[in-house]
Amino acid sequence: MLKIIEIEARLFVRDRLNSLFALVFPSLLLLVLGAIPALRTPDENFGGQRFIDSYVSALVVFTLAFIGLQRLPAVVATYREKGVLRRLSTTPMHPARLLAGQMVVNFVAVILSVLLLIIVGYVVFGVDLPHHPLGLACAVVLGGAGTFALGLVIAALAPNARSAGGWATVVFMLLMFFGGVYLPRFMLPSAIQAIGSYTPPGVEALQQAWLGTAPDWRHLAIMGLVSLVAGTVAAKTFRWE
Amino acid sequence: MAIIEVRDLGKRYGPRVAVDSVSFEVAEGEIFGVLGPNGAGKTTTVECVSGLRTPDRGTVSVLGRRPADVRESIGVQLQASELPERMRVGEALALFSSFYPSPADWSSRLGLVPHLKAEFGQLSGGLKQRLSIALALIGSPRIAVLDELTTGLDPQARRDTWSVIEEVRSAGVTILLVTHFMEEAERLCDRVAVFRGGRIVALDTPSALVSRVDGATRVRFVPSVALDVSLLEALPEVTSVSSVGEQLVVSGSENLLHAVTSLLARRQVVARQLRVDQVSLDDAYVELTGGRDVEDH
Repeated sequence: MLKIIEIEARLFVRDRLNSLFALVFPSLLLLVLGAIPALRTPDENFGGQRFIDSYVSALVVFTLAFIGLQRLPAVVATYREKGVLRRLSTTPMHPARLLAGQMVVNFVAVILSVLLLIIVGYVVFGVDLPHHPLGLACAVVLGGAGTFALGLVIAALAPNARSAGGWATVVFMLLMFFGGVYLPRFMLPSAIQAIGSYTPPGVEALQQAWLGTAPDWRHLAIMGLVSLVAGTVAAKTFRWE
Repeated sequence: MAIIEVRDLGKRYGPRVAVDSVSFEVAEGEIFGVLGPNGAGKTTTVECVSGLRTPDRGTVSVLGRRPADVRESIGVQLQASELPERMRVGEALALFSSFYPSPADWSSRLGLVPHLKAEFGQLSGGLKQRLSIALALIGSPRIAVLDELTTGLDPQARRDTWSVIEEVRSAGVTILLVTHFMEEAERLCDRVAVFRGGRIVALDTPSALVSRVDGATRVRFVPSVALDVSLLEALPEVTSVSSVGEQLVVSGSENLLHAVTSLLARRQVVARQLRVDQVSLDDAYVELTGGRDVEDH
């Protein structure tokens, strides 16, 4: 199993464009936005905060949605389409291990990307370190699990890698919208803000854990429920070939 | 002793019957060929033997057990199964080695060593096949299932692959070889099963299959003096006689040549431009499978 993880990690790194994008893009975007003086000045329009403070959780949403929906389903569906999973099922190793290895690697990428974002935000712009680190860890783990599970449902149900990519992009766009990536959440109508609290990866819980006091346990519980349901659907419907 | 035993195997996909009551045994150390047109049930049969599919009917036993229980003893090379594009040859070998307790390294014998750093997506067809064989053999299997392993290779690469197969067999591995090249079957296989429409229509050594064809031997000659064709037709070894210009073409069984030349000697007729042809496994195959491939793969 360690060998699988090692090789999946190498493949992840070798796919430079995607891996750099996943790891570095959120921090880069923060640097670009923070370079604009108006966005690093507290403003009533931004709910009394600086824009960049209110936006860090949206960048975590981006990381989770990008890795969980743009990378994971495409890789898994391609493995099936190319017969990689079928090839593995002739060995004593169950192909599920390959998917597990894939998830471990992607999850490590999520953690690295979020850590980098925290460090860049703190060092460059003095964004507070997470107020509730354990809460943020829970929000990232559960939000990530929910997003990954949605990605796996898509990989399970899509007939081939192409349509998996297409479907995943639609879901990716929606989650980014509700997660306040396109338009910051204070600009969204309250109904959409409310929806965003409950769609994976759960932007409200991320924001509360980072810059508020603690995440609302109900938001976390919803993420847990989403991952459980979507994970079960993916497992029940997954085809190995 | 039979290392693979298939009894009354049946498998259908929805309404389509892929395999219908197929039975055969493979002895240890044998190269057993599976021949037949596309859609004849070859791949389904070997997939059942490899433990990839569960039969609807009948039993398959490998080393006396269910195929799924002896995966580590079966090395499989699948038709159309690939590896991740960017995985390197060396990584694929290392990954698959980690699945088995005592991995075997075929990479140097298969000429893969200079390509260990190459990525799968950049390999030529021949190298992909060689890697695929190396991965099938990596677990030191007692049985190797090779499905259409030389399809898509150029003639030189095909011959190279054949010598690899012979080497594998001399290492004591039993081989189940799916192919649609007669030359390949004739060269490598101890016995072949010819599939058609989900059934085995013939199972024998390649040479026995050939001799089973009516008129397997053909003798052509120009007689020095006119010869009564009915004398030839009366011979038990002869199945047919025809004349092309002054040349006579006599078809019949294996002992045809002796029978014809003795008759000519008795009649003091000299056979000029004498030629003997043997039908090939190709002809036998066409006759057994009823000609054209059924394209419903």
